[in-house]
Amino acid sequence: MSERIYVFPLFERFWHWAQAILIMLLLVTGFEAHGTYRLLGFERAVDTHTAGAWALIGLWVFAIFWHFTTGEWKQYIPTLQKVDAMIKYYVFGIFTNAPHPFRLTRLHKHNPLQRLAYLGVMLFIGPLLWFTGWLYIFYGYWAAWGWEQYLSLQWISFFHTTGAFLMLLFLIVHVYLITTGHTVLSHFKAMITGWEEVD
Amino acid sequence: MRKELLTMPMHCLFAWGVLACAVGLLQGAALASTADHSQFKGLQQDFKSGSAVTKICLECHTKAAGEVMASKHWSWEWPDPHSKKMLGKQNVLTSFSLGIQSNNPVCSVCHVGYGWKDNNFDFTAQENVDCLVCHDTTGTYRKQSGMAGHPPVVAMEFPPGSGNVVKPVDLKEVAQNVGKSSRDNCGACHFYGGGGDGVKHGDLDSSLAAPEKDVDVHMNALGLDFSCTECHKTTRHQVAGSRYALTATDVHGALMRGSKDDRNPSTCQACHGNASHKLARLNRHADKLACQTCHIPQYARGGIATKLTWDWSAAGRKDKDGQPLVEKDANGHVVYDAKKGSFTYGENMVPDYFWFNGKVDHLTVSDKIDPTNSVPLNRFYGSPADGASRIWPFKVMRATQPYDKVHMTMLKAHTTGNDEDSYGKSFDWHKAVTRGMQDAGKPFSGQMGFVETEMSWPITHMVAPKEQALSCVACHGAESRLAKVPGIHLPGHHAHGWLDKLGWGLAWLTLLGVIVHGAGRAFTSRKGARK
Repeated sequence: MSERIYVFPLFERFWHWAQAILIMLLLVTGFEAHGTYRLLGFERAVDTHTAGAWALIGLWVFAIFWHFTTGEWKQYIPTLQKVDAMIKYYVFGIFTNAPHPFRLTRLHKHNPLQRLAYLGVMLFIGPLLWFTGWLYIFYGYWAAWGWEQYLSLQWISFFHTTGAFLMLLFLIVHVYLITTGHTVLSHFKAMITGWEEVD
Repeated sequence: MRKELLTMPMHCLFAWGVLACAVGLLQGAALASTADHSQFKGLQQDFKSGSAVTKICLECHTKAAGEVMASKHWSWEWPDPHSKKMLGKQNVLTSFSLGIQSNNPVCSVCHVGYGWKDNNFDFTAQENVDCLVCHDTTGTYRKQSGMAGHPPVVAMEFPPGSGNVVKPVDLKEVAQNVGKSSRDNCGACHFYGGGGDGVKHGDLDSSLAAPEKDVDVHMNALGLDFSCTECHKTTRHQVAGSRYALTATDVHGALMRGSKDDRNPSTCQACHGNASHKLARLNRHADKLACQTCHIPQYARGGIATKLTWDWSAAGRKDKDGQPLVEKDANGHVVYDAKKGSFTYGENMVPDYFWFNGKVDHLTVSDKIDPTNSVPLNRFYGSPADGASRIWPFKVMRATQPYDKVHMTMLKAHTTGNDEDSYGKSFDWHKAVTRGMQDAGKPFSGQMGFVETEMSWPITHMVAPKEQALSCVACHGAESRLAKVPGIHLPGHHAHGWLDKLGWGLAWLTLLGVIVHGAGRAFTSRKGARK
C-alpha cells in the first residue's frame, strides 16, 4: 500500500526547476567560456553565462527569503543519524529489495544524505561559485577597489572551475538518485505535482 | 594602376572620376586659406632652386624656418630623456638602412632641407629649410634620390643611364599653391620609409593616400578623410606623436580643445576617451590592452606588401654575364637585389604582441652587442606588473646585417652612390663598412661579420571599422593571438590542465558509477519480480 504526502509547495517546485534550468545553462555556457568546446561561440556563451548568473542570484534572493519565512530552512539541518544506514541501503539494500531506512514526512522530507548533500550545495558549492563568479564579473573594478594586489584572475578562475565540476558531479548523482524512489519516476513526479508517493 | 585604368570598363572609370572629384573637393575645402599665394609678387618669378623659394617664404613667415630647425624633421636627432642617448635618424640603426652619414645624398631625399650631402651640411642656414615638401598642394613637387634633398629644376635622366627622363619641378607653380600639409605631403616620405612603398612600417603605405574605409576608418577618403595632422596635431612645426616617445597608456578622457595640456594629442583616447564602448566589459579590457590591439586586426591591409626580412649578407650575387642579380617574385616584389641582399614580404599580417609602457630604447653603433643571439635594434619596455603597460601590436622586422667582430658593435656601411667605396658599386663589404664608419666618426676594427637582428615597429595606423575589430575568440579561443604574452589569464584559452582532467575524470567515473548502479538495480529487481 502506498500513500501520498504533499511535500513540495508551488514556490519550492518553481525554485527547483528554474534553478535546475539555470544551473544546466550555466554549466553548458561556463564550460564553453572555459574553452572546453564550441557551441554558442565564446561571446554569446559569456553573455548568456553572465545573464544566467544574475538570474540565478535573483532566484536565490527569493529562495532564501522563502526558506526563512516558511521555516523550511530547518529541512537542511544536518544530522548524522541514519547516514550509515542510508549508505548501506544504497550499496546493498537497494539491490535486495530491503526497506528504505528513511520514512519521509512533511516535516522531514529529505533523507539524512540528502540533507547533507543539499546543505553542501547551498553552503559550499553555491557560495564558492557566487563569490568567484562575482569577482569574475567585477574583475575590471579590482584595481579601482584596491583588490588587485590580493587577487589573481587565474586563481579566481581555478576556484570557479572547481565549483563548476563539483556542481556537475552533484547534478549527475542527483539526477540518478531521483530514480530511487517508490517507483523510478515517483520523486520526479513529486517535484512536478508536489505530491510524493511513499511506501 | 595606370595599366589597370586602361583595362577598366567605362563605368568604372566614371566611378573613379567621381571619387577623384569628391576627394578633390574635400581637400579643396580643407585647404581653404585667406591668402592666395599666387598674388604675392615675390612668388611670381622663375625660381632656380628650392632655397630661393624658401627665402621668399621667410620674408613673411619669419619664424617658420627656426621652428622647423627645432624639429627632428630637420635635425634627425632626438635626445632620449630615458637613456640620455642622442637618438634620431643620425644615430639609430635600422634593418633598412645601414646608417645615413655615408649615404646622405640618397637619404636626404626625405630631409626637410636642401643640400645635406655630407657632414659639412650647414644646419644653421635658414634658406636650407625645404618649405615645399610639406606644403605643396599640386602634387608635382618631387625630390630625387641621390640629389641631397634638392628637387630637379632641369630635366634629368634618373636613374642615370636608365633613359628615364624626370621632368623638372615648376617651383613657381608649386610656390604659388602652398597650403596645409595633406596625407600626400607626409606620405611622400613616411609611406616610403625603408626604401619603398610600405617597406618599413607595415601600417604606413601609399594605400593611405586615399584609403577605403576598410583600410583606415579615419583617413577613409570618402568618409572622415582625416589628414595626418588631425591626430598628429602640429604646433610651431613640432609634430605631435612620435615613435621615439609613444604614449603607451593614456588613462585620461578626451582631450579638451584649447585646454593647456602637454598630453600627447595623437593617442586614440585623446579623442575617444577611455570608455567609448557600449559594453562595459570591453571598456574594462583597456586596463590591459592598447586600443590598437583589437582595432588593427592586421597590418599591411591596403594591398601593399611590407618587408618582413632583409638579409644583407646575401648581397653580391651576379648573373652568368657578371651583372648584379635582381630577382622578383610572382607579385613583382624584388626578392633579391645584388646591391642589398634578399627580402621577404607580407600583406595582411597578424602583429606580434608585447607589453609596452612607453619606454623605448634604440641601439646605436656605440652600444655593445651580443652576437650569439639575435640583436634587438630597439627595445620596447613593459611588463604586466608595472601598472603602466598595455599590450600593443608590433611588426617585427628581422634582418641579417654587419657587425664589428672585435668591438662588438653594429656597423654602418656606405651602400649607395656611384663611388668605389659604395657597396652597390664595388660589392666589397670591407670598403663599404670602412667608409660608413669613417663618415659616422666611429671606429671599425677591420673585422666584420653578419649578425641577426630584430626591430619592433609599433602598429597604430590602419585602424579598421569597428565591425572588423578582433572578436573575442581571437584571444580567448584555443588558438590565441596573445598566447605568448606573459602575465595574463585568458578565459577560454588558458584552461587548467590537471583540474580539467581531474574534473572530467571524476564526472565520467561518477556517470559510469550511476549507470552500473542503475543496471544492478534493474537486474536485481527483475530477479526479484521473477521470484
